[in-house]
Amino acid sequence: MKLDSKIPAGTLQERWTRYRSTVPLVSPANKRKMEIIVVGTGLAGASAAASLAELGYKVKAFCFQDSPRRAHSIAAQGGINAAKNYQNDGDSVYRLFYDTIKGGDYRAREANVHRLAEVSASIIDQCVAQGVPFARDYGGMLDNRSFGGTQVSRTFYARGQTGQQLLLGAYSALNRQIAKKQVTMYSRHEMVELVTVDGKARGIIAKNLVTGELERHSAHAVVLASGGYGNVFYLSTNAMGSNVTAAWKAHRHGALFGNPCFTQIHPTCLPQSGEYQSKLTLMSESLRNDGRVWVPAIKEDAQAIREGRLKAGDLPEDRRDYYLERKYPAFGNLVPRDVASRAAKEVCDAGHGVAPTGLAVFLDFEDSIRRLGRNTISARYGNLFEMYEKITGDNPYETPMKIYPAVHYTMGGLWVDYDLMTTVPGLYAIGEANFSDHGANRLGASALMQGLADGYFVLPYTIGSYLSSEIRHAAPSTEDPAFAEAEQRALAYQQKILGIQGRRSPESFHRELGKIMWEYCGMARSRDGLTHALGLIDQLHKDFWSDVRVSGTLASFNPELDKAQRVADFIELGRLMVCDALAREESCGGHFRVEHQTPEGEALRHDDTFAYVAAWEYTGALNEPVMHREDLVFEAAHPTQRSYK
Amino acid sequence: MESTSLNLRLQVWRQPSTQASGKFETYELPSVPVHASFLEMLDLLNEQLITEGREPVAFDHDCREGICGMCSLYINGRAHGPQQGTTTCQLHMRHFEDGETITIEPFRAKAFPVVRDLVVNRSAFDRIQQSGGFITVNTGNAPDGNAVPIPKTDADEAFAAAACIGCGACVAACKNASAMLFVSAKVSQYALLPQGQPEHRERVLSMVQAMDEEGFGHCTNTGACEAECPKGISVENIARLNRSYLGAQFSGGGHAAGGGSSMA
Repeated sequence: MKLDSKIPAGTLQERWTRYRSTVPLVSPANKRKMEIIVVGTGLAGASAAASLAELGYKVKAFCFQDSPRRAHSIAAQGGINAAKNYQNDGDSVYRLFYDTIKGGDYRAREANVHRLAEVSASIIDQCVAQGVPFARDYGGMLDNRSFGGTQVSRTFYARGQTGQQLLLGAYSALNRQIAKKQVTMYSRHEMVELVTVDGKARGIIAKNLVTGELERHSAHAVVLASGGYGNVFYLSTNAMGSNVTAAWKAHRHGALFGNPCFTQIHPTCLPQSGEYQSKLTLMSESLRNDGRVWVPAIKEDAQAIREGRLKAGDLPEDRRDYYLERKYPAFGNLVPRDVASRAAKEVCDAGHGVAPTGLAVFLDFEDSIRRLGRNTISARYGNLFEMYEKITGDNPYETPMKIYPAVHYTMGGLWVDYDLMTTVPGLYAIGEANFSDHGANRLGASALMQGLADGYFVLPYTIGSYLSSEIRHAAPSTEDPAFAEAEQRALAYQQKILGIQGRRSPESFHRELGKIMWEYCGMARSRDGLTHALGLIDQLHKDFWSDVRVSGTLASFNPELDKAQRVADFIELGRLMVCDALAREESCGGHFRVEHQTPEGEALRHDDTFAYVAAWEYTGALNEPVMHREDLVFEAAHPTQRSYK
Repeated sequence: MESTSLNLRLQVWRQPSTQASGKFETYELPSVPVHASFLEMLDLLNEQLITEGREPVAFDHDCREGICGMCSLYINGRAHGPQQGTTTCQLHMRHFEDGETITIEPFRAKAFPVVRDLVVNRSAFDRIQQSGGFITVNTGNAPDGNAVPIPKTDADEAFAAAACIGCGACVAACKNASAMLFVSAKVSQYALLPQGQPEHRERVLSMVQAMDEEGFGHCTNTGACEAECPKGISVENIARLNRSYLGAQFSGGGHAAGGGSSMA
């Protein structure tokens, strides 16, 4: 298979403009006849479904939650980047492009990232027009904050609930189209199979999660906006329902999976407190604007804090190590996420951690409260402080927060070309579900930007390129044998799970998989560890398929069965991630191979051999996957060793 | 020394489907860590039930960080349980006593039929939003974000109304199962912003009509909704909706609001 990224000709700055002016269009009369399926209703899915419907396409949208408004984009806290330069601090499209490429450690496709930066400003305009209540200053103008990995203030925000407000904006646009019957909404539905006819994506099999019924849905094109796969780690900041199943079924059906091992471990999350724990909670990165990260400089002090004999406030300045400010004076507490996470792991591994588990560092607001006053800090972060107190019982105005890195986002995903089309014709992937824009590490406040860019301003143009050649075809009938076959496959899969009647809950397998992934494919990875993990996952796969226990029936509301299917897919994905991490013999961004580091312990890339996207082909559950390469060419942002010192 | 785990007796509503009748069942759940969340406590119950070969309890949940609005539950007679301003997923077991009996029911309202056990169908909220909870602006149709300055106080107040997570606790807490707090929050968000003005009158009338058609009850004016709202949405929004609704009727809005509205 030859990967064609379909990057248009021309200079970096011209490409998108030229593409938009020359891409084939679909006439309004033909749009009315064309159907598009959108799976997922987060920022990418809801904005795409609404925008495509506005253009006149017939859209069917699917989400597994009880309402499209609950997709996990809603939980994004900090903000959304855009190259508006409202702050007059030197921002520009080029600078946003450059920061994103550099932040991603030179493992993203330049053309896509530049397009992202170009459309970013329109996103803010669109959201304001929808009534998204962004933070404003006293003159009534939009306010900005700064975020990790940049030296300008380009992040727009709505207190600590930016994702919620942006999603409700997209949801309102979606609702308008539902009311106009341009979109048919299927809530509590999960995509369980992709249907292809003559090699093209022509529909899906969706499971009605309330009745258990399998439904056939046909269309001219299928768009996956099903989010990331961080829940492969069991403990992550993802929602409980976030899963890889839609993307994985597409992968099993021929869509290549790009850079699966690129995982973002977010530095500011609440530390784990016990075995019963079901998820980890993020504390917005924006806290690093005013919070200072430190650990006790002396190990004995750290131990005393862990044992409760000493409190953070007891330690004078000279016995504290503000390690980010010390190691990275230029960026200080605002280094990118991968760098901050690894630094936290390092100090904890060296015995300076502060929670009873030894796996936590302090995030301290004492200086900021003294400098700005408690009211200002409360206005900026009040809801986050409250949430922290609810979960931990500690008051962060009085005592420093304890934080530790946790899995947060996955840069990898289905491989897509410039049009956001996967290797299956007519199948698109947008938002976190694709691999494209963030390389090996995503900058803060860029996920919301990418989700909405794809949905509002990129896909509505690029999908026309494909659909303009499909106008002669009616949507296939769901009586086509391909639908019957896909439905049978989905049914057999679920019957097989139900038939095992072993001893263990799906949850217990998920937890075990998560431990393997975190230990061997988490913040630091080694050849030996990854090789060991492969054996463990293969065994887990066998155990699952012989010992899982799911009660209830197919034709009913059966969340345990849905969970089991998701876990089965996560096990296969976990294996692929380990294969990818093994093959990438370098460190870059969130992928840190201990064999490849600079003398100072920073990630060491090997641009001569690894400046490519690894796009994997499925060959069977426990078979070795086949890698295809897309070489990355850097015309504008020349790879250098990232330095935030 | 504070105890680190609790032994609990749980009375849980079990109902196989919308059509079937339901009843309480009692379960003993030992050794629940005090730092676990309420939903993690239910995870432990389900793990125990699965091990015993019994049907786990179905309940709605997703983000588990208090923002998606998917979790619900009526706990010891209160929507989202005893702690003020908290969703069930953010409620932690340290607020319960060792040996306590906890009663867990679904949100009860005619407009929220039970799907199974503790899961209810809140799609009525979606349909109300579809009736007018939006600003008509196609993608690509927007002026610069700073073209219209919005006074900070208005933006902040709009945000406070927009913070509603659509969980339905206001309906569950209300004796009449009224959706006034939910509807008024959405109407207020747009009413406070210049972008929301052109469609304001029609929006108010359509959303109130949709609310009535879904079978939500009359506003009781008791403020139970505000008291149980996990996001502290204010009943001032209801006052604003009432004013808007009256104004819209007198100025001859585009839609007839129908007789017998649930507006107080």
